[in-house]
Amino acid sequence: MSDPAPASQAGPACAFAPWDDPQATPLIQFQGVTKRFGDFTAIDAIDLEIYPREFFALLGPSGCGKTTLMRMLAGFETPTEGTITLDGQDIVPVPPNKRAVNMMFQSYALFPHLTVYDNIAFGLKRSGMDKGEIDARVQEMLRLVQLQKFAHRKPHQVSGGQRQRVALARALAKAPKLLLLDEPLGALDRKLREQTQFELVDIQEKTGTTFVIVTHDQEEAMTVASRIAVMNEGRIAQVDTPGNIYEMPTSIYVADFIGDVNLIEGGATALGDGIVEIAWREGAPAIRGTAPAPVANGQTATLAIRPEKISISREKPKDRNNVVPGKVHDIGYLGNISTYHVRLADGHIVKAQVTNQQRISRRDFTWEDVVWLSWSDTAGIVLTR
Amino acid sequence: MDVRRFSLVAIPYAWLMLLFLVPFGIVLKISLSDYALAIPPYTPTLDLSAGWQGLRAYLSQLDIENYVFLTEDDLYWKAYLSSLRIALVSTLLTLLIGYPIAYAMAQAPAEWRPTLMMLVILPFWTSFLIRVYAWIGILSNEGYLNQALLFLGLPEATILNTNVAVYIGITYTYLPFMVLPIYATLEKMEPDLIEAAQDLGCTRSEAFWRVTLPLSQPGIIAGCFLVFIPAVGEFVIPSLLGGSETLMIGKVLWEEFFNNRDWPVASAVAVILLLLLVIPIVLFQRNEQKQREAGG
Repeated sequence: MSDPAPASQAGPACAFAPWDDPQATPLIQFQGVTKRFGDFTAIDAIDLEIYPREFFALLGPSGCGKTTLMRMLAGFETPTEGTITLDGQDIVPVPPNKRAVNMMFQSYALFPHLTVYDNIAFGLKRSGMDKGEIDARVQEMLRLVQLQKFAHRKPHQVSGGQRQRVALARALAKAPKLLLLDEPLGALDRKLREQTQFELVDIQEKTGTTFVIVTHDQEEAMTVASRIAVMNEGRIAQVDTPGNIYEMPTSIYVADFIGDVNLIEGGATALGDGIVEIAWREGAPAIRGTAPAPVANGQTATLAIRPEKISISREKPKDRNNVVPGKVHDIGYLGNISTYHVRLADGHIVKAQVTNQQRISRRDFTWEDVVWLSWSDTAGIVLTR
Repeated sequence: MDVRRFSLVAIPYAWLMLLFLVPFGIVLKISLSDYALAIPPYTPTLDLSAGWQGLRAYLSQLDIENYVFLTEDDLYWKAYLSSLRIALVSTLLTLLIGYPIAYAMAQAPAEWRPTLMMLVILPFWTSFLIRVYAWIGILSNEGYLNQALLFLGLPEATILNTNVAVYIGITYTYLPFMVLPIYATLEKMEPDLIEAAQDLGCTRSEAFWRVTLPLSQPGIIAGCFLVFIPAVGEFVIPSLLGGSETLMIGKVLWEEFFNNRDWPVASAVAVILLLLLVIPIVLFQRNEQKQREAGG
């Protein structure tokens, strides 16, 4: 299978990136949307734009408001304040059954009394299509999800992975402008989940439908999405491509939520060219990182650096500005990679990740070895919030 | 099959044998006997001391003339038909009232449900007879209902001692048997299903007819059986609330047993009633089984 995530085809001008194009009109626009349940604010003044053909992920811990945001798109919740437009039309007063939006439920919500075929045909029958057209469309959907053989089974007579595909086919049958997926792969086991992620992207590209997926699984979001909105307590912390979310987080929350990260705090000094120096410990040489936003001298800032961007060596590297000595405290061996937990002189633990190019018997370091950690000036990001 | 599994299966079968099949056998035997002025009031009675010869003589005296008699007097089949009709109407009324109650209970917040369930069961804590007598107080010509109608300036209604009173009595008494099984199926239904139906283009009422109702079908069927079967043989309610026009097989049976002391005919009435109820149930369950197998 070819590389499915449009965002990972980085660089060239032909890449799919309507969010960078000022001419592009968004399919969905949230403007100042707030949702309160009694005293609790589930969604707090969100502005968000989603473009046609995007595979957009809402990512966050449970209770961050991502499901509420999705349910507002489906029409099951109305915003307390603000407007939501779909294709330029205000959809807030439109009931769920009149929206060109379909949803794939986390529980799949397949009708247990209907066959796979009738489940897929359910929405089409409601729209008043004639019989022949319905049949053609259902067959097309069955082919798309490769379930032709199971058309006349009831949902409880097919496997979990097949049920998931029935739910997808049913939601896609009416050719909605927007498809919502609520934790679509949560019920599948790991292997099947990974395989299905790619199938999902494939189907999204084939049908050209705009997908919005809600998930708490960051790997899933990174794999399938063209852009990710990381949410926290009813607000959007950052919206960007998976690559940028990972490499250039704009807040400590996002850096910490996505992947593994080392956070080192200290007083900042700007050195120009976006490079900022952080005095993280009395007596130790300052460490450097790139700041995406200007940092004032003397401000407290945090250097966020990914473990795989730190190299580990026995000898002190001479050509680098960021060099820190420590002792190997723990080694997490995962087969393909090893994570070294290195304790610095002040007790701080820094994680460094190394790919295991050599066999385990020839490993360079072991517990309590004195090692040097080093990284380049652009490897770490300096964040102030 | 090992002994433990066998004994586990044997217990319910022994129970059925002892408490259903044996009494049924006795009733069947009496229905084949003849009326006699004796104690017990039928012949022949089994005398084991007469040996093999006696048993053969005993069996040769059994005949089906009581069943023939039932077909000759139109009282009986009219009573059967009338009972089936009254039971059917009452079952439909119970369904029409019980379904909304069960639906409302299933929609209620989860913390209310045990209380609501309790309220449905609560009437069982008073004697059934007292509750039926209470309806006499409500429905009689000088009862609370007519007093209320009078107060509102509406014409009075004669309800007690009519079939309407019987419908009210049966519907009231058997309502919990309808509500509980329907509630059980509605309560375990995923709320997502309704949202999915709406998402796919159904209005709220369409979602109810196309999803909720078909999925609550097992509860509806169970509830209807639980109401219909005892209602056909109901005796107390028609005799207390019904009038001279109310003809029910339970009443005929009672009169045959206790007024006429004709046990053989009464037994024949009871056997026919049982067959009338069992055959449709068996056929229905066969059909269900077949559908399940066809689906599988």
